[in-house]
Amino acid sequence: MTEGRPLIEATGLVKRFGSFTAVDGIDLSVRAGEAFGFLGPNGAGKSSTMRMIGCVSPVTAGELRILGLDPARDGPAIRARLGVCPQSDNLDPELTVAENLTTYARFFGIPRKVARARAAELLDFVQLGERAGSKVEPLSGGMKRRLTIARALINEPEVVLLDEPTTGLDPQARHLVWERLFRLKQRGVTLVLTTHYMDEAEQLCDRLVVMDAGRIVAEGSPRDLIARHSTREVVELRFLAESQEVFVDKLAGIGSRVEALPDRVLLYVDDGDAAVATVHDRALSPASVLVRRSSLEDVFLHLTGRTLVD
Amino acid sequence: MVALVLPRLISFEGPVRRSMSVAERNAAALRSAYWLVMISGFVEPVVYLLSIGIGVGGLVGDLTLPSGAVVDYAAFVAPAMLASAAMSGALAEATFNFFGKMKYMRLYEGMLATPVRPFEIALGELAWAMVRGSLYSAAFLVVMVALDLTTVGRALLAFPAAVLVGFAFGSLGMAFSTFMRSWQDFDLMGSAQFALFLFSGTFVPAESYHPALRWLVEVTPLYRAVDLIRGISIGTDEVLGGLIDVGYLLLVTAAGLVIAGRRMTTLLCK
Ligand SMILES: Nc1ncnc2c1ncn2[C@@H]1O[C@H](COP(=O)(O)OP(=O)(O)OP(=O)(O)O)[C@@H](O)[C@H]1O
Ligand SMILES: [Mg+2]
Repeated sequence: MTEGRPLIEATGLVKRFGSFTAVDGIDLSVRAGEAFGFLGPNGAGKSSTMRMIGCVSPVTAGELRILGLDPARDGPAIRARLGVCPQSDNLDPELTVAENLTTYARFFGIPRKVARARAAELLDFVQLGERAGSKVEPLSGGMKRRLTIARALINEPEVVLLDEPTTGLDPQARHLVWERLFRLKQRGVTLVLTTHYMDEAEQLCDRLVVMDAGRIVAEGSPRDLIARHSTREVVELRFLAESQEVFVDKLAGIGSRVEALPDRVLLYVDDGDAAVATVHDRALSPASVLVRRSSLEDVFLHLTGRTLVD
Repeated sequence: MVALVLPRLISFEGPVRRSMSVAERNAAALRSAYWLVMISGFVEPVVYLLSIGIGVGGLVGDLTLPSGAVVDYAAFVAPAMLASAAMSGALAEATFNFFGKMKYMRLYEGMLATPVRPFEIALGELAWAMVRGSLYSAAFLVVMVALDLTTVGRALLAFPAAVLVGFAFGSLGMAFSTFMRSWQDFDLMGSAQFALFLFSGTFVPAESYHPALRWLVEVTPLYRAVDLIRGISIGTDEVLGGLIDVGYLLLVTAAGLVIAGRRMTTLLCK
């Protein structure tokens, strides 16, 4: 039915809070079965965008179509087919873990029996089966997060919106969540997620956008973005000196970009070993040398800057 | 024909079903402590009835109403206690609990990510508040019949009236709660509720107030509620007056719900 057509399509999408513009005219399109990511520093407008896609926040201007429908008119019909994991958990503290899922199912009109069966299945899926009868409050942060993710899946959604699904989780829990999300993707579920973790974006996303100050500043697959906005390799040099800044001039010309950080100098190059050789040719002797592949983090920092915005 | 009617039925079915799922959530959250709270809500009006209606009533004796009818003071006060029991039952649920769920538990944010809409949450919460209000009313009516303050037939007719009273106050309370900033603001509401309780023709006929004050009394929702239920339970058979009361309470219910739904949209769907 929606074969080939984008599931989510936005053109010139704007979100304003009073006079403040949180989302400043973005275009995007998410295809069925894709895992689509939003990266961006704090306050970039990721959650604001997610909430508009989730049909809980009215669009200020621009076009937004979700599953071919208009959020302003068909909110309930769209939300019936979405699963939402908000940035901060809003589980029901008066209910048990299992009841959180079964009552949520009722909001979608799912029959009680089906709800119970799905709840049990989903609790196993996120490895919370043993806590089914427990209240929500005593759960750890990571458990709550997993429960919120399970809750987002209760209506067997076609699209799952995950706003920072693994923030605050320990490495084990993160890997569990990644593995589960990957399984969902294999079943053909479309994933839209925001994250601050570059490894998460690289692992999970087919395609992503980098947002900054309400705008999209780059778009593509993780590999595309690295190819387009960074070099193949990065050489990290640490000099024994008061300031690394003074080495920028001395290193000029090696690779396509030289960046001084308080504690090291980064050389963006295509061939790391060759670059290191050139450094030694120039009679410079850094205390430590590290050659590594360029990562999404390099792209991110290059595009959005190293300074805190807010 | 079916093709014409069916879509409408379906579009009606959705909101009602979703509202009920909101009420259902509250049933699932019921815990033993809640019953204690509920019992106190029932005991309070009974205590008033016994102490004032029967205690003070013993001193006051019979009361001659403006219509000329003569009633026992307890029979005069009892319907007012019923109306205020219906009021406080519905208000307790629709104000404190509603506000807590909205502001502190952030319960509705989760619900709004599902097909449930703000208005449907308001409707569901009101329906739930009414379960509590109706239980108070039914129990109180049983007491009234047992004390011979009304007849079984009139009690059966007064019950839906009391439910309507609950609806009106529940929806009004919910609308007010959406304007509250913190728990402190509820103190004001508590005072207003108590003032209503005292001055709504509860303990004396409204006719005994100074005319300038009387219209103010008569325009309050609790006065309308008392007037309606008293008319039924004593049997004054003032049909027109009763219909006005019913119309007034229906209007308050509808207005409260619409305001609550709108305000919730503003507060939660930013
Ligand atoms: N309800 C609101 N009222 C006013 N301003 C808001 C509201 N919600 C968000 N904002 C502002 O909009 C901007 C974007 O916020 P948003 O939550 O979308 O950022 P984000 O990219 O999700 O950030 P983070 O990574 O910190 O979650 C911020 O400056 C924020 O202060
Ligand atoms: Mg956010």
